[in-house]
Amino acid sequence: MSALFEYIIRLGDDSLILGHRMSEWCGHGPILEEDIAMTNIALDLVGQATSLLNYAGEVEGKGRDGDKLAFLRYDREYKNTLLVEQPNGDFGTTIMRQFLFDAYRKPLFEKLQNSADKQLSAIAEKSLKETKYHLKHSAEWVIRLGDGTDESHQRIQESLNTLWRYSSDLFYTDDVDTELLSQGIIADITEIRAEWEVTVKNVFEEATLQIPTNNWKQEGGRKGMHSENMGFILAELQYMQRAYPNMEW
Amino acid sequence: MVTENEIWFYLEEVSDPEIPVLTVVDLGVVRAVEITDTDCHVTITPTYSGCPAMKMIEEQIIEKLTEKGIENVKVSLVLSPAWTTDWLTESGKNKLREYGIAPPEHEVDKSVLFSEPTVVPCPQCKSRNTKMISQFGSTACKAHYQCNECLEPFDYFKCLK
Repeated sequence: MSALFEYIIRLGDDSLILGHRMSEWCGHGPILEEDIAMTNIALDLVGQATSLLNYAGEVEGKGRDGDKLAFLRYDREYKNTLLVEQPNGDFGTTIMRQFLFDAYRKPLFEKLQNSADKQLSAIAEKSLKETKYHLKHSAEWVIRLGDGTDESHQRIQESLNTLWRYSSDLFYTDDVDTELLSQGIIADITEIRAEWEVTVKNVFEEATLQIPTNNWKQEGGRKGMHSENMGFILAELQYMQRAYPNMEW
Repeated sequence: MVTENEIWFYLEEVSDPEIPVLTVVDLGVVRAVEITDTDCHVTITPTYSGCPAMKMIEEQIIEKLTEKGIENVKVSLVLSPAWTTDWLTESGKNKLREYGIAPPEHEVDKSVLFSEPTVVPCPQCKSRNTKMISQFGSTACKAHYQCNECLEPFDYFKCLK
């Protein structure tokens, strides 16, 4: 399995699984505008997943397209980061999950625009424009809830305390990254992490939120080692293709 | 033998499925038209990654050109250079305004965080006293605004750079 295929799958699965999570809000948003915002974000993410997984299929060259990759793999073959598969929880938890992710995705796509791989650079250029809107939306809500009422502050602080343990998995690297870095296809993750840390720190300051001091972290998403949530997500995500194999929309 | 200019002319008859007042040419999603000995090749680009209208636009282009007697129409999708609202034509922006959708404004503050929402004039009464209701509107490409003067809510075709 090529490093490039593996890397695109990791990116694509992040978009796919978070897009699915956001789509679960459809019809359940706390207000109409947020219902629409979250489903718009879901749509962008699923669109990015389509571009990425279709390209992964091309790179692999075994006749699998984006749909086959999205719907017909087993849980250990999904390489999304642990953060994106965490349950929606309350609105604040969804927003916190989105913010931690958007703050990572923006510098990532900015750097990937300069990738030596032309298609990856094109997808990054396209996705970055959408990601900027997502980050603005999630950061503003983190501030509004953190610096809001006592209850909203307490609840989003709890969301941060719960999700913080999955933050280092965003920056997990292995020989896949080393190989692609040497070929100029991806950027150094330490630069992306540095920018993420600045964004997170600034927004949490504004939001009067405390970064948890408990630094125990959970990793493994990039190796296919998922939390118990993954099976439930796939049961719903894959239902149609499993029940009616090869059906087309 | 049909020319590329004629194809562009025919494409002016294909409207965007979500904002039917715009043609696909106004919207700037048609990137290239190429005629070879055997085929007519049209290249399009999505406004947003997940734009659900792309498949329909592709089908409508094939349908329109076939109806005009052109054979072997092929439509392909490119992502780069990424579509921005600069691709909207001037006539497209005027059509949007007349239709009641505020066209994209030049955004002064490019910073992603902590920036004030863009001032968007009301497409109905032209007042600049408007407020943003939501960054995300009825489709991925639009935000939701309201006019503080005439009180009409309106869509804003948001700036994508």
